[in-house]
Amino acid sequence: MSEITQEQVTHLANLARIALTPEEIVSLTSELGSIMDHVATVTEVATPDVPATSHPIPLQNVFRDDVVGQTLTAEEALAGAPDHDGSRFRVTAILGEEQ
Amino acid sequence: MTSDLTRLTADALAAKLASKEVSSVEATQAHLDRIAAVEGAVHAFLHVASDSALAEAADIDRRRAAGEQLHPLAGVPIAIKDVIVTKGMPTTSGSKILEGWVPPYDATVMTKLRAAGLVSLGKTNMDEFAMGSSTEHSAYGPTHNPWDLERIPGGSGGGSAAAVAAFEAPFALGSDTGGSIRQPAHVTGTVGLKPTYGGVSRYGAIALASSLDQIGPVSRTVLDSALLHDVIGGHDPRDSTSLTDVWPSFAEAVRNADVAGLRIGVIKELQGDGFQPGVMERFREALALLEGAGAIITEVELPSVEHAIAAYYLIMPAEASSNLAKFDSVRFGLRVNPKGGGTVEDVMSATREQGFGAETKRRIILGTYALSAGYYDAYYGSAQKVRTLVQRDFAAAFANADVLVSPTAPTTAFKLGEKTGDPLSMYLNDIATIPANLAGIPGISVPAGLAAEDGLPVGIQFLAPAREDARLYGVAAALEALLEQKWGHTLLSQAPDLSFSEMNATDEGAV
Repeated sequence: MSEITQEQVTHLANLARIALTPEEIVSLTSELGSIMDHVATVTEVATPDVPATSHPIPLQNVFRDDVVGQTLTAEEALAGAPDHDGSRFRVTAILGEEQ
Repeated sequence: MTSDLTRLTADALAAKLASKEVSSVEATQAHLDRIAAVEGAVHAFLHVASDSALAEAADIDRRRAAGEQLHPLAGVPIAIKDVIVTKGMPTTSGSKILEGWVPPYDATVMTKLRAAGLVSLGKTNMDEFAMGSSTEHSAYGPTHNPWDLERIPGGSGGGSAAAVAAFEAPFALGSDTGGSIRQPAHVTGTVGLKPTYGGVSRYGAIALASSLDQIGPVSRTVLDSALLHDVIGGHDPRDSTSLTDVWPSFAEAVRNADVAGLRIGVIKELQGDGFQPGVMERFREALALLEGAGAIITEVELPSVEHAIAAYYLIMPAEASSNLAKFDSVRFGLRVNPKGGGTVEDVMSATREQGFGAETKRRIILGTYALSAGYYDAYYGSAQKVRTLVQRDFAAAFANADVLVSPTAPTTAFKLGEKTGDPLSMYLNDIATIPANLAGIPGISVPAGLAAEDGLPVGIQFLAPAREDARLYGVAAALEALLEQKWGHTLLSQAPDLSFSEMNATDEGAV
């Protein structure tokens, strides 16, 4: 069994910005442990001489001309936003009181 | 009489439209009627766009009547997997976090469909953000397999496969990250192809794992998939991973199908233990037919395939955890304000807690773990090395074979609810389909018949080297012809008639 603790899952949930419930943390701790036990086998075959592949068919220097293309209008970009002031997305406070 | 139109292939329907024997409005209405009749039982669609579909169809009819030169598929209806963003049609990717979102732009594949005059019937159901093998992780309830409504239609693209299998659409768009086009095809008796990575634009496809995702066709016949692939394929400057290749006509590859002298490599590791007897029986029967038609059957080994699932379940969640960071309650989708207010981060966390389902959270946490400091090299780094090993195995195998072959999945459709409590057993469904995504090569699933023990559909998968998608259309079309000649009918003609469920017809909109 991989050593995944509830503290670790709580930390990961914080990094991933998901306010998990205590019940979810308990179940994810056990599920993550059993999944990691299974997938950890990759470490056995990944010897130092094998290069990593990040992209199945690598392409290089994919550029376009630096010209203005077709873009969304502000109205279109804001159309699906939960809150906006007509020209900008609106959010709540960025910093908490203790910050 | 219009209901007969839903039984036609896209190719046959296109011919009737071109000859003006049938109008696009008639064809579209026939499919909308069929959807109304069977959706209560199947639930393949998240949104049925009746009004816009009929308007698009009427426009094609008007242009045809005016003598305009139209694309051969103009006026043929199509269903769209909800992972693809569509102007004017809600797009949720099966998630509550995007409920009701109507995108301000079209995916490139949609732009191409519209330019060709195809008529969009609506958006099909899927596992949330394409994470699953059964559609049971859809936030809007599962799709049911038209062959047995108690069983899964595969996933993540179970909606597209079921819509096609239930004659609600002649073909559909799907997406395949680890088998989400091919495994649903396998369990529903339909055809589905994952193109070479970069062969079809991913612009406007809501990303699950960017180095694995690929959009592709779903249909009842190999020719229909090829016709659709010819429409959606090709270079797109809006997708930096899009290949600049000039692709051959895949429909031509189907029409010239011939397996004489074709070297078919049977993948040793993808048979035997864990594969259902009925699946293996149909598999061996298909190989015998191909051999009888002149193909040369050999065996190939892909030793690294045993580590493919492990590598996949590190790479995919890692990329997903990054891609899904965009659902932050600011620019689109759901916003949940926690009790007593809070900072934007508190709002984000509350929104993601409520908006994401269990499987999505599981994979985001898993991916965050695989990418976190101290574990990155051991897990994500090692998984990327396994990817190299899988690619090398394929390169060696393709030195001795033109195409490779395996069953598409180990078993026929399992019962809804059977595996939802055990994520690992669900993940193992993808054992035969994942290697192609890791290597970026194309793969197709085509019906091989019904398993003797349960009477459910079985698919067979062919794989080809990168950029050789045409080979897959050739061999799959040849097998399809051989099998249908042997059976004396198509496989889907044996599927249950679902029209008894007319009483449960649903109205337009999300159901």
